[in-house]
Amino acid sequence: MKMKSIAAAVLIASFACAASAAEVEVLHWWTSGGEAKSVAELKKMMEAKGHKWKDFAVAGGAGDAAMTALKARVVSGNPPTAAQIKGPSIQEWAKEGALGNINEAAKDWDKLLPKAVSDVMKYKGNYVAAPVNVHRVNWLWINQDALNKAGGKVPTNYDEFFALADKFKAQGIVPIAHGGQPWQDATVFESVVLGLGGAKFYNDALVKLDPAALASPTMEKSFDTLAKIKTYIDKDASGRDWNLATAMVMNGKGGMQFMGDWAKGEFTAANKVSGKDYTCAAAPGTANSYTFNIDSFAMFNVKAADAKKGQLDLATAIMSPEFQEVFNLNKGSIPVRPGVNKAKFDACATKSMADFDSTAKTGSLVASFAHGMAVPSATQGAMVDVIAKFMNSNMSSKDAVVALVKASKTK
Amino acid sequence: MNIRYSSDRWLPKLVLSPTLAASLVFVYGFILITVALSFTESRLLPNWEWAGVERYAELFDNDRFWVSAKNLAIFGTLFIGISLVVGLVIAILLDQKIRGEGFLRAIYLYPMALSFIVTGNAWKWLLNPGLGLERIVQQWGWTSFTFDWLVNPDRAIYTVVIAGVWQSSGFAMALFLAGLRGVDSEIIKAAKVDGASLPTIYRRIIIPSLRPVFFSVTLILAHIAIKSFDLVMALTGGGPGTASDVPAIFMYQFSFTRGQLGVGAASAVMMLMTIVAVMVPLMYAEARSGRER
Repeated sequence: MKMKSIAAAVLIASFACAASAAEVEVLHWWTSGGEAKSVAELKKMMEAKGHKWKDFAVAGGAGDAAMTALKARVVSGNPPTAAQIKGPSIQEWAKEGALGNINEAAKDWDKLLPKAVSDVMKYKGNYVAAPVNVHRVNWLWINQDALNKAGGKVPTNYDEFFALADKFKAQGIVPIAHGGQPWQDATVFESVVLGLGGAKFYNDALVKLDPAALASPTMEKSFDTLAKIKTYIDKDASGRDWNLATAMVMNGKGGMQFMGDWAKGEFTAANKVSGKDYTCAAAPGTANSYTFNIDSFAMFNVKAADAKKGQLDLATAIMSPEFQEVFNLNKGSIPVRPGVNKAKFDACATKSMADFDSTAKTGSLVASFAHGMAVPSATQGAMVDVIAKFMNSNMSSKDAVVALVKASKTK
Repeated sequence: MNIRYSSDRWLPKLVLSPTLAASLVFVYGFILITVALSFTESRLLPNWEWAGVERYAELFDNDRFWVSAKNLAIFGTLFIGISLVVGLVIAILLDQKIRGEGFLRAIYLYPMALSFIVTGNAWKWLLNPGLGLERIVQQWGWTSFTFDWLVNPDRAIYTVVIAGVWQSSGFAMALFLAGLRGVDSEIIKAAKVDGASLPTIYRRIIIPSLRPVFFSVTLILAHIAIKSFDLVMALTGGGPGTASDVPAIFMYQFSFTRGQLGVGAASAVMMLMTIVAVMVPLMYAEARSGRER
């Protein structure tokens, strides 16, 4: 008897859960300053549409902690409405059968998104995720004073780049501000590959993982260039966080830094103005190409009809021009779709938008390898291990190429 | 009388059974699940498709795994060895009936009260060439002084040893001190009457009688070494590059950030095997010598 009543209570409780599932639960790790503000904006929009927003924020570890929490939820059969997942990880989750179809909300997305982007958001031709923003990774950030003293010319190839680095050295500053963490090493590496090999080579080597391209002399030359860059980095760089390296460029201790446009958020937060305190330029040789890093929300399988409605509304809200504008102004990135009011964006962002549009047309819009947009996490991890090892040992470029080819076969 | 007798029998069992059940499920049960996972196709999520020993083949083909295994060997040996020696020496010195012993003991034992994260961060700042020791000594005038082990890929693992020893040798000292206090003073007096010098007494009588203490200290330090994760994460983050990687970090990254749950599980099983390989002979030897005595 007692058992029965307990079972009944459990049943009622689970029914109650199902009935209140109209709420939209979103897992993310945007908990700091500008990012938290951006999420609050999304919450406001969803509540205006009559949905109940349930925040599922897991801070820490650049999303590692959030992914662990998410796995536990999905395995126990209780996934959130949406979760911040990006790149080929979307495909990995879809392959596990965890994601739901949001085609209904995405009728005109094929027209709004460049193909390189919509491919990432789809699994077997169906939209399963909604893109939030676009970060450009192939930026070079330069301290304006140091640049002016060195002649004021932004380097457009690696000869000019190293000439400028030598001048910075002569000024007594650290020429290249860098943080010796594997993902930052990989960020520099991909910009070098793109600069030396061009968008097609980059795509063959680091996106399609074509062994011929990976083993080519261009790749060896990329490693040679990376080795030369290494000599302009101070030895304390090991383990330094990226924002500390950005701070070096800001306060004139460092000359320049390879980093994505989230670095701009740091400059803006310190009231630095582009063109006056710092310059944003495409990494040497990459002015006509664009490595994108896109944050997105993957949509999970939800059963209840009203929950599905909430999910579709969420997808629509994410892609709306209003949200894209507010969110990206806070986050330092650019909108993923056209038709957004550009008035409030700064010079670097406007340049990024123009380049995003033009490279999408020429096909030199490529997925960022270092930021998990190009290849599955297992393969990426193995290749980043090679790059990090190269940066932190006296491994020869030839050996690095061999190791990279081997790592690219990791499944 | 009768009731009391029977309650003596069932009460301890009843009290212990929840703990027993919990450890059966949460320790041994999960060990079994991990072993099972290491033989499957698991990627992002657990997947029970049988894969045979493929995950182990992948693991043994991975350079990074061997780097981490080598680091564990270096770290484990030096960490346990130096902690034992330093702990024993401090314990013997403290045992000379000196003044302020209680105060000194607390000082040596205090690092144990810190978490490895705190230790790791403090030593990270101390050992950072641009921030800590090297900079200070250079500012004092010895400008050619360099101590860059933290950022030197060949030396980084030794900085982990330094921080680990700093943290744990006080603990070894406490156990040795307790052991020293337990040595029968009659034997020492008898040895003195026979004309043995103090070093000889330590070498021939006292240290050999500390054998069980050596065993417990080694046992505890060995498992701290094998599962060490937080200290390395805080101190070097496994870097520069992957130069100071250890198996626990390898396991964490492969299981949870790279979507290679199968390989991660295989490396966890290898860690378990290492512990078994170290502990079982030790425990066996100790049990046997106990019986002989």
